[in-house]
Amino acid sequence: MRKPRKVIVVGGGLGGLWAALRVAEAGHQVQIFSLFEVKRSHSVCAQGGINACFDSKGERDTIWQHIVDTLKGGAYLANQPPVKSMCEDAPGLIQTFERMGVTFSRTAEGLLDLRLFGGVKHRRTLFAGASTGQQLLYGVDQEIRRQESLGRLQKFEWWEFLSLGLNQQGVCQGIIAMNLRTMEIKAFPSDAVMLASGGMGQVYGHRSTNSTNSTGAAACRVYQQGAWFANTEFFQFHPTAMLGDDKTRLMSEAARGEGGRIWVPRDAQEQRRPNQIPEQDRFYFLEEWYPSYGNTVPRDLASRAIWEVVNKLGLGVAGEAKVYLDLTHLNPGFIEQRLHAILDIYRKFHGTDPVHEPMEIYPSAHYAMGGLWVDFERDDTTGGIKHGSPRNHATNIPGLYACGECDYGYHGANRLGANSLLSASYSGRVAGESVANYLQGLQQGHPDSDDPIYSSEINHQQELNRQLINNQGEENPYQLHRELGELMSSQVGVVRDNQTLSNAIESLRTLQQRSRNIDLQERNSWSNQGLAYARQLQEMIRLGEVIAVSALHRDECRGAHYKPEFELKLPENASAGDPAYETYRNQWKAQNQNWLKTTIAKQTDWGPQIDYQAVDLSVLAPEEPRDYR
Amino acid sequence: MSEKIQFRIRRQDTPYSPAYWQTFQVPFREGLNVVSALMMIRQNPLTTDGMKVDPVAWEFNCMEEVCGACTMLINHRPMPACSTLVDTLQQPITLEPLSKFPVIRDLMVDRSRMFADLKRVRAWIEIDGAWDIHQGAPRISPEHWRDNYLYSRCMSCGSCLEACPQYGQMLPFVGAAALAAVRLMNNHPTGKYHRKQRLHAIMVEGGLSDCGNAQNCVQVCPKEIPLTTAIGELGRETTVQMLKDLFGSAD
Repeated sequence: MRKPRKVIVVGGGLGGLWAALRVAEAGHQVQIFSLFEVKRSHSVCAQGGINACFDSKGERDTIWQHIVDTLKGGAYLANQPPVKSMCEDAPGLIQTFERMGVTFSRTAEGLLDLRLFGGVKHRRTLFAGASTGQQLLYGVDQEIRRQESLGRLQKFEWWEFLSLGLNQQGVCQGIIAMNLRTMEIKAFPSDAVMLASGGMGQVYGHRSTNSTNSTGAAACRVYQQGAWFANTEFFQFHPTAMLGDDKTRLMSEAARGEGGRIWVPRDAQEQRRPNQIPEQDRFYFLEEWYPSYGNTVPRDLASRAIWEVVNKLGLGVAGEAKVYLDLTHLNPGFIEQRLHAILDIYRKFHGTDPVHEPMEIYPSAHYAMGGLWVDFERDDTTGGIKHGSPRNHATNIPGLYACGECDYGYHGANRLGANSLLSASYSGRVAGESVANYLQGLQQGHPDSDDPIYSSEINHQQELNRQLINNQGEENPYQLHRELGELMSSQVGVVRDNQTLSNAIESLRTLQQRSRNIDLQERNSWSNQGLAYARQLQEMIRLGEVIAVSALHRDECRGAHYKPEFELKLPENASAGDPAYETYRNQWKAQNQNWLKTTIAKQTDWGPQIDYQAVDLSVLAPEEPRDYR
Repeated sequence: MSEKIQFRIRRQDTPYSPAYWQTFQVPFREGLNVVSALMMIRQNPLTTDGMKVDPVAWEFNCMEEVCGACTMLINHRPMPACSTLVDTLQQPITLEPLSKFPVIRDLMVDRSRMFADLKRVRAWIEIDGAWDIHQGAPRISPEHWRDNYLYSRCMSCGSCLEACPQYGQMLPFVGAAALAAVRLMNNHPTGKYHRKQRLHAIMVEGGLSDCGNAQNCVQVCPKEIPLTTAIGELGRETTVQMLKDLFGSAD
């Protein structure tokens, strides 16, 4: 065996920890960098569950159906071999979690329990109460702690990733990071880097369900060093988030999977309390519009339906942007056991009890389907990915890998609920194995930390800090972030049009200018949170531009990206075989000819440059349009 | 509404500098929680004396009481700042860093000892490797699951340690969080295999017997984890283990 190599993992959520674990198990030295203690990563916020086909409910669920649901749910935009492999490997992954000590909920018979989730007809979602992400992360966190105690792995918590160390050939050989206490900037050489920095929901500011550290800044930094973004215009709005001035808190899709119903009063002038409104005066719009899937349609459809009911029909509760998510008809003991964690959040933050009174919810920015472009290698004999190939999860920068929410794989144009914990874990595992094999092929190791490839980058980063610290501007970074959130959610949100998007891009460029004119208001150079924040803010604005420009270029409706101007409407009262439906199918196929392709965004001095790449459709040809009615 | 909320905040610029107090005011709004109030203060850090000061530093992330980051002393009681609504609190609201951990800056503390203690008690399951073993999961009764699930929600916030009279920077006691982790791991179907090592890890100085049975931990846990039940169970188990060690039982 060759000598052990060193790998840096940036981010300690599910994806990062899984990758770190597999690299450490392969015998290489791992360093995990995180902005905070890894146990507090955003993965803990995932509530409802993780998908894997166990077919233990007598419903004849199949892995193939999981593949089909995922691909169709994503409007065929995902490369298919990785999705196929992910669904096939999902049950084994669950059992590995189980071995790690994850407390999956059980049936009366002691089996792994399953619940229903959106965009599917079969119960396929494993869960641990309504805190599944927390339980999964803790499971891997424990294994990481064990690796740490064995000396195979080191954590650098309270360090912020700033940039990559790239050699003359453009190969990634380590990172530059900032200590968030001393604010010292230092180089950490390594033989490969795994970016697992999570989502970018904070681009939508306080109008997001994401944790405050989910800024996407790390991904945006490697983008500026040449890594490609893919499909960033596809941003998921979760239909059911609590309203809030500081954050919109997620109310899991599990609430609907367990029987929760969404409705508004039929009369916009309705004055009664929800519990006093009789059935006939309630508009269960998802059930009426989508009788077949009802409340568990995929998220993009549910969010748009809510948007329409509120903004087009003017039926928001009390004239405001909110609708009811109702659990009051369900058995209180049952939902308490299955959904305790979210009921508890709602009670604590809203003050009313969802067991007795419907919750008030509205769609909110939740998950980036897009992210850093990553490669895969197809195995022609299985149709899935070639396991162990060093191409899997490699970015276009040699030596830089990405996994978890910060990459773009698996979800296409819309992610199905409970597929994110699966993709985060699975991609971490695959990417870890991939890196281990990349290291096997490396002829020489990284240079020492005093090499010019690092020192020049350190100087550059110190200069960026100095500019911000010495700047006596008049802009307030926190205020700018609020403005960014308002701008993105109102102009690059659930419903889009080209004029608004063009305006948004202009506004984002103005915001970017203003973000260089910041007053940090902070003299203390120890644990200077304002400095780190201001730097992240600039990245978020840049990311906002990548999202908006990608959205502007795509003239169609697909999954979460919805431009009514280019909408192909499903013919009413028609199904497959009817002439009207077949005409629609043909139009839909023609649209796929033009637009069923991956958006690639590359950084240039003039902003993002947009290119396209073919999607690998080798598993399931796009013959069936999405139809959840 | 023009109602104002007053905050008295204990500040400290660095780990080695003296602490001092400052008072801030924020406008009240429906549903305002402590983290949101701190965000307003950070955006415009002006004391009630009209002095422009450095923003208050504190730790937070999820804002929905599941990451454990934002725990601080709110009116002298350890609480998650995100889920503590200001209208439930007496004014002026006093914010202080947790006192059982070294202060980093203002309301931020260094809780790394909590994670070191999880290592000390071997709070993990020893698996052969994180790969698929092509075997189904063991059956677990719903009751057994429910008991374990209660403990698996510990988010290492440190509230139980803050409230514990036996826990402190100069004291060796591991505290309730790590003990509850032992309880959880020891009840896992294969975690049981290393039950003895974990029990031994808490049968030393700073282990279980340092618990003074004040029962404060269980009262402040934001996740209502039955910490004292875990400690009670471990008391019985360590006694049995001690006898086994004495008489040389095979287990």
